[in-house]
Amino acid sequence: MLMYVGRRLLQAIPVFFGTTFLIYFMVFSMPGNPVLALFGDKTPNPAVLQRVMEQYNLDKPFLVQYFLYLKNLVTGNLGVTFSGRSVNDILARAFPVTLKLVIMAVVIELLLSVVLGLISGLRKGRILDHSNLIISLVLSSVPPFVALFVAQYFIGIKLNWAPVTVGENATYATMLLPAIVIALTIYVTGMRLMRGSVIEAQSAEYVRTAAAKGLTRRRIIPVHIARNSLIPVITNSGASFGALIAGTTVTEGIFNIHGIGNVLFKAILLGENATIVSFVTILTVLYVLVNILVDLLYAVLDPRIRYV
Amino acid sequence: MSKDEMVEILPLTTPARIDPNAPLVQVQDLEVTFVTGMGDVQAVRGISFDIFPGETVAIVGESGSGKSTTATALINLLAGNGHISGGKILVDGTDITRYNENQMATIRGKVIGYVPQDPMSNLNPVWSIGFQVREAIRANGIASGRKDVQAKAIEVLQQAGLSDAERRMKQFPHQFSGGMRQRVLIGIGLAAEPRLLIADEPTSALDVTIQKVILDHLESLTRNRNTALLLITHDLGLAAERATKLIVMHRGKIVEAGSSLEILQHPQHPYTKRLIAAAPSLASRRIQSSAVARVVDDNVPDMLRLAARHEAIEAKLDNAPIAVSVKDLRKTYTIRRGGFRSEPLHAVDGISFDIHKGTTLALVGESGSGKSTAARLILGLEKPTSGAVTINGTAMTGVSRSDLFKLRRQMQVVFQDPYASLDPQRSIGAIIAEPLRVHRVGDRASREARVEEILDQVALPTALAHRYPNELSGGQRQRVAIGRALALKPDVLILDEAVSALDVLVQAQILQLLADLQEELGLTYLFITHDLAVVRVVADFVAVMDQGKIVETGLTDDIFDHAQQPYTQRLLEAIPGAGIEFAS
Amino acid sequence: MSDRKIEHYVAPVDPADEIEVDRVKLGDRRSNLWIDAWRDLRVRPLFYISLGLVALVSLAAVWPSLFTGVDPRYCDLGLSNKGPTAGHLLGSTFQGCDVYSRVVHGASTSLSVGIFVVIITAVIGLPMGALAAYYGGWVDSVLSRVGDIFFAIPYFLAAVVVMSVMSQHRNVLVIAFAIGGFAWASLARILRAEVLQVKNLEYVMASEAVGRSRFATLMRHVLPNSLTPVIVYLTIALGAAITAEATLSFLGIGLPSHTMSWGNDISQAQTSIRVAPMALFWPSLALTITVLAFIMLGELIRDALDPKARAQR
Repeated sequence: MLMYVGRRLLQAIPVFFGTTFLIYFMVFSMPGNPVLALFGDKTPNPAVLQRVMEQYNLDKPFLVQYFLYLKNLVTGNLGVTFSGRSVNDILARAFPVTLKLVIMAVVIELLLSVVLGLISGLRKGRILDHSNLIISLVLSSVPPFVALFVAQYFIGIKLNWAPVTVGENATYATMLLPAIVIALTIYVTGMRLMRGSVIEAQSAEYVRTAAAKGLTRRRIIPVHIARNSLIPVITNSGASFGALIAGTTVTEGIFNIHGIGNVLFKAILLGENATIVSFVTILTVLYVLVNILVDLLYAVLDPRIRYV
Repeated sequence: MSKDEMVEILPLTTPARIDPNAPLVQVQDLEVTFVTGMGDVQAVRGISFDIFPGETVAIVGESGSGKSTTATALINLLAGNGHISGGKILVDGTDITRYNENQMATIRGKVIGYVPQDPMSNLNPVWSIGFQVREAIRANGIASGRKDVQAKAIEVLQQAGLSDAERRMKQFPHQFSGGMRQRVLIGIGLAAEPRLLIADEPTSALDVTIQKVILDHLESLTRNRNTALLLITHDLGLAAERATKLIVMHRGKIVEAGSSLEILQHPQHPYTKRLIAAAPSLASRRIQSSAVARVVDDNVPDMLRLAARHEAIEAKLDNAPIAVSVKDLRKTYTIRRGGFRSEPLHAVDGISFDIHKGTTLALVGESGSGKSTAARLILGLEKPTSGAVTINGTAMTGVSRSDLFKLRRQMQVVFQDPYASLDPQRSIGAIIAEPLRVHRVGDRASREARVEEILDQVALPTALAHRYPNELSGGQRQRVAIGRALALKPDVLILDEAVSALDVLVQAQILQLLADLQEELGLTYLFITHDLAVVRVVADFVAVMDQGKIVETGLTDDIFDHAQQPYTQRLLEAIPGAGIEFAS
Repeated sequence: MSDRKIEHYVAPVDPADEIEVDRVKLGDRRSNLWIDAWRDLRVRPLFYISLGLVALVSLAAVWPSLFTGVDPRYCDLGLSNKGPTAGHLLGSTFQGCDVYSRVVHGASTSLSVGIFVVIITAVIGLPMGALAAYYGGWVDSVLSRVGDIFFAIPYFLAAVVVMSVMSQHRNVLVIAFAIGGFAWASLARILRAEVLQVKNLEYVMASEAVGRSRFATLMRHVLPNSLTPVIVYLTIALGAAITAEATLSFLGIGLPSHTMSWGNDISQAQTSIRVAPMALFWPSLALTITVLAFIMLGELIRDALDPKARAQR
């Protein structure tokens, strides 16, 4: 098991370097003046321009720039936004908010995937299964930002069941609506995986052996069918986390939740490319870490992986 | 068959109170139907038989005969779309076909145990072995309380023949070998001391030498506890060796039943006769015993007649040049052993042999012996680490790509799995013609003609040229594979377990076809197999491989009559049916 | 063991149950993977519905004038935010442009982005995945590492960065590269997993034994048999690409505001959501239905090609 963990962490290192390099490269090696690229359509204020040039070491050769940038990243010196606020400060306050939102969304999404997938798989071909498939298909086709809008409009404005904007009051309760909406748009992949594994597991030979031992359905379903079917769903949750991260940007923007995604959202609207780069990098690193965690969880669930 | 009816649950009586002359299980006119997309299929069409306490009964049949379905029907574990559509199954007089699911759960494990076929897929990979054994113990009320259950579980594994049982409890199925897993399954099946144990092809997925050990062990376990044993198998020799009563099934019906020896010596039904004629494992016994010498007429494949063709081999040898020559062939792989260490694996460790033109050399070995790697080396699919392969006098190793390409015309291959050896996206005609296209032989018209010629040679209708592989059965696909191998008119055919995946009667047909083709076209065969019984029937020479080395070579008769090496002797003893004593 | 006499039972020989071994039974219908899949799709109403929707959207994309004669760029401020009026079936936007016409013209944008993304994803992802899996060894290590790196960046975020940086050059092609340039990594993974399985099948070995080069075997035998998950992925990717473009446009970093895009329309309509919700609703509906059509098609094709599902037919 230790070998597996070690190997996984080792694999993450080139990926970490690769992704940060790629992001940096995209911004600073594109055709045109990198400084202008950072500022988008705006003309820079000379003082800010100077700070940014120092921050990104734009007077030095490219590779050196990159490594200095990395060093800053790793030592926690993340620079400033255009409005002069320290990125670290923003992170410290915004991260917990986004964390709450994401945790809620993940929990709801997993619940939906596992429970609906299990029911669908056990009742394959029947009404419950068909309707589940169609509903999930429709839900996954609605673009997230549209769904959020519609939810905000109908449930927030028309029915007044939930707050329309969250603002400073970022609690689990106030963020419940956006979390549910995001979960509804991404649960379909996990649900289909669960359903597929449950269908396979039902006719699996080890399930027959379990029944031949004298076990009842009540024990077989959770212990042998559901337990084995969880594996693909959990491994997929890493990838769906990526969709989740992308979703928080729009979500926090629409509902005015003061999280990391919101900073990114505002930076996008204002064209503050430097901030965009910083936050995309942070979110990407987060994504890589989550994937490592998911892989470790996979090893916990599936003993075959531990000894490879 | 109302499942809601509360049928009185079977009293679970102990063996001591059982009348040995009353049947334990009585199957009466059993019918099993499957609902498929193409309508209802009756897999079992009204069969009846009895199993007495302590008796060993074997059901023999090919795939599709309904034997496995019968076994799973006895404990009502049919696949999702199957159900018992008629008849009764009486256990101690009570009809269990009318039991609901919970009532069946009390029967399973405690009254009737089950050992499945494939040890790879029959244990849940995410739970430890101990967990799965303890589950069986708890479910059948054998013990309760953590300590007692654990102790009993260890005992079960020990009796199943697993050494170091306590440590093994914490391990997972993928850490066990096939044989060990099968022992676990046998242990689980017997854990609750059932009155009847159903063993569905319990050893077909295992190596031959391990098969014998496990079956012996199973035999002693059931004898000691006076457990009745229902053995399901496709191997007539195995069935006759291990069971007192034999039931032969064909297409859902019982065609013949009786005592094993009686059926072997005096088969009555034409199907039984053909099975006996076609079973390679019986061929060696029949060769030595005149009692069952002639069973079927000349148009039906008979392994005895096939074996006879190899008798006058010495005469062939003198005139025959050497077609294939292998000298000191070696292949070494480096395996990563966890961490950063790696060690060499000598898959093929210096093998040498010659094959004379027109003869058949059988390369025999169990899994891991290196025979498949040897096949790939000889075919030129991989480069050997050292050594030489020569075809018709020309070297194959160490030559340029274009020379190798030309040499390939002289040697072709037929693989084991008929369902994986034909590209499902190509028509039969395209598959057979592919070698001709690759080597740019002839034009379109001549290739089509050649395809027709080949389809004739392998006894398939020429209309097949425009069809696709998934319309054909395993045996028919194998014929297509043989046809493809013959397209370039090679001198040498490598048959890599080419008949191992086929049913007995189909296998006999293919072996007959191969023998006829060899005579007609003067082909040289390298026959790779794990099945020594088949070797007796097809080979002129035998080379036995173990762990990358050849341990013994010789003429077929010599090896079978006077094997020198202990490994060879073990292999010979393990042939199912080796223990049958025919009255002479 | 009791000395019970075992009676010898012989069934009567039933001429109906002839023992002809392995006779070739050719059905009148030919059958292979594609033929069977088509037969399955043919009878499903959902297949025709989704195919119809796709055709409808494609037609609107290619031939918008078939659907509307109104010039989408002609905006009369006097009609600002009005509901349905004569000549303006679905009402007008904040700037007084015809909603229906803009919806129809937006189709071509969305579809072009979707198609370009699919092409780019396939052109990069297929070779990367196939070569890595088939040749193995160091080729696999290198290609997989590269794939891992691209896979690690959520493609939406990467597209955000690219589009922010390329503020001067926002057009359909650039967006397509921004999305497809990262989405290919998923396809490469999927194909790699499939090829790893297929390459060990015996017909692949047979092809090499006949004398085909490894590359020729890859093209003729391995790839065609690994296509199933690819097709499914690409149809779903098309839907996802359309959504991504709309989201980017909604955020203001997609297509420039003068380009007809559903995302742009939705973005512009959000400010007047309370007054004229329909201006937001119709482009949203068009977006949803288009994405739904492609995803549904992909799912149906997946079910039709899935060997396990076929076995139960």
